[in-house]
Amino acid sequence: MAIQTDPGLVPYQILDAGGNLVGKMPGISAERMLSLYRSMQVGRVFSNKIIALQRQGRATTFGSLVGQEATAVGLAAPMQPQDWLATSYREIASLIVKGVPIPTLAYSFRGFTPENWPAETHCLPVQIVIGTQMLHAVGLAMAAKIAGDPAVAVGVCGDGATSEGDFNEALNFAGVFQAPVVLVVQNNGWAISVPRSKQSAASTFAARGEGFGVPARLVDGNDILAVYDTMSKAIENARAGNGPTLVETLTYRIGAHTTADDPTRYRDAAEVEAWRARDPIARFQKFLIARDLLAEQRVQQLIEEVEEEINEAVRIAESMPPMAPDSFFDYVAATLSPRQQAQRADLLRYINQVIQ
Amino acid sequence: MQMTMIEALNSALALELERDRRVVVFGEDIGANGGVFRVTEHLQNKFGEERVFDTPLAESGIIGTSIGMAIYGLRPIVEIQFAGFLFVCMNQLVSQAARIRFRSAGAYTCPLVVRAPYGGGVRTPELHSDSLEAVFLQTPGFKIVVPSNPYDAKGLLASAVEDPDPVLFLENIKLYRSFRAETPTEHYSIPLGKANVVQEGTDVSIFAYGAMVNVALEAAKQAQQETGTSVEVIDLRTVWPLDEDAIAASVEKTGRAIIVHEAPRAGGIGAEITAVINERCFYSLLKPIGRVTGYDTPYPVPGQEDYYLPTPAKVMTALREIMEL
Ligand SMILES: Cc1ncc(C[n+]2csc(CCOP(=O)(O)OP(=O)(O)O)c2C)c(N)n1
Ligand SMILES: [Mg+2]
Repeated sequence: MAIQTDPGLVPYQILDAGGNLVGKMPGISAERMLSLYRSMQVGRVFSNKIIALQRQGRATTFGSLVGQEATAVGLAAPMQPQDWLATSYREIASLIVKGVPIPTLAYSFRGFTPENWPAETHCLPVQIVIGTQMLHAVGLAMAAKIAGDPAVAVGVCGDGATSEGDFNEALNFAGVFQAPVVLVVQNNGWAISVPRSKQSAASTFAARGEGFGVPARLVDGNDILAVYDTMSKAIENARAGNGPTLVETLTYRIGAHTTADDPTRYRDAAEVEAWRARDPIARFQKFLIARDLLAEQRVQQLIEEVEEEINEAVRIAESMPPMAPDSFFDYVAATLSPRQQAQRADLLRYINQVIQ
Repeated sequence: MQMTMIEALNSALALELERDRRVVVFGEDIGANGGVFRVTEHLQNKFGEERVFDTPLAESGIIGTSIGMAIYGLRPIVEIQFAGFLFVCMNQLVSQAARIRFRSAGAYTCPLVVRAPYGGGVRTPELHSDSLEAVFLQTPGFKIVVPSNPYDAKGLLASAVEDPDPVLFLENIKLYRSFRAETPTEHYSIPLGKANVVQEGTDVSIFAYGAMVNVALEAAKQAQQETGTSVEVIDLRTVWPLDEDAIAASVEKTGRAIIVHEAPRAGGIGAEITAVINERCFYSLLKPIGRVTGYDTPYPVPGQEDYYLPTPAKVMTALREIMEL
């Protein structure tokens, strides 16, 4: 699918699809760039690993991250520890960058709720109900403003999510309250089987910012430097008290929607191939190699290191004990009602007497 | 023909589209993809994009526009991809679809069918397994239908489409492909509001719907074999309004009742059935009514859901208690 743009709203690029510098380099160290590159590899390897585990019956449903690593990493990397992140299921790599341990995430894909979620990373658990997290991000940002804290919130959703009321209400609240929030739309071309063109008759989602009085940026979402630069500026702008920004990143979901999806039913292989040629990792890799920041021989070795890291994380996750069968009672509310306590006792009797 | 529930529903939708020009089918991913469970497979090809189409990702948008279409005279059959996302369109469902007739004193009506997959045991992400039927009990104006097998699914869907008022049609995900049953290829209908006695018995009545009918039948079989208890199993088919006559007739015969549903217990169908029994046949009761249900917690994650759901063993425990065995 062609990238749709408004006249005058051209996607911001620093690296073109061939990895050539076509924009102004952001102020970023070589070390930082290598760390972004590595995080993108971590995202891809993690995604492929969980999908492989799912096929073996060792993981639950999982949505592929492949092709969207530049957006996921680039949006989280400029965030500070006190900043809040509210994402969908598609931004696991963002959570990793923000500090959520990989074994914790891997454990969640075993079908359990991690009982040691690192609250200090200020990452909300992934949101399944499409679009709702965008309002939470705005609320977190409004709270930071009310408290007078130098914290910013980032909310991320997909192109499909822009059709939900919550998304539009989030933009409106962000604008009206000048919340220190950055709302990111990862436009990956598809919402399961529904193409981008059927979500909105407007040519960009970024254009919606204007209707809500929120400045908007349209970015090449497969260009890590462009995403990083845009997000750094939007986040610091919010922190400085200058209000929200809407960011649309143009990217593509190379894989199936989830392990339960068969994309051959609704999209052309040719379209996927065209987007493979704009692979975000390959693009950045070319750039790093051309600049002598990364040695070509190092690439394979680095991927193997990342694979070992992910395998080790999965080993840790698989060696963690399963949740206690009745622990779902623990988190309903601060205290259980007598009736819930009785139900829990019933369940424990069933487990001890009947199924063991 | 032997059909899965998916095939039976697909056949019902195709027949309705064929029979009635007013029928339109829409929702998320129901066109080229044929629905995430393939219930609408091939319908877009057969009937065209004018009548079978994908919408933007907006549940409130889907229900809100379907209300407009229904008022205009169409017969929309819309899909909410998972029942858990009915929460996103509660305003349109509860304060709008269910009240059009009421608000206009009958000048306008809302003959709308909202299909939604629900139910646990299939290792889904959050809010993909929740049973929401009880949430709608306090929404006068809606009927709630929950089929337990392919034959019923097809016949009940036909009646839902013909019904002059909005119908919430909940399809159990686990039943979608778990078995085939003999199902006519031609059109037929099964009346709404009528329960079905799937197994007659004399000692105790079990009321169930959706996937819990088979759970009840399994427990009934075990009870018969192990304790000689004769269990009557009643499939409610329509959970709202309840077939109160069928409930009372059965309890008057057996004197004992157990209700099984996977939705949470509080304020559920089980509570309503208990009240009906209390009102209609209290003096026939030999023992307190039993409920085997989901717990009063959110639906748990895949790694714990097997503990949450009613099982034949849980129903057996209730049967032993009520039969004093
Ligand atoms: C409110 C709601 N409706 C429907 C779904 C089912 N669903 C899950 S993902 C998805 C598509 C999301 O598309 P998009 O927002 O573009 O995000 P992407 O998956 O492409 O990252 C749908 C319809 C859901 N999870 N929540
Ligand atoms: Mg998308």
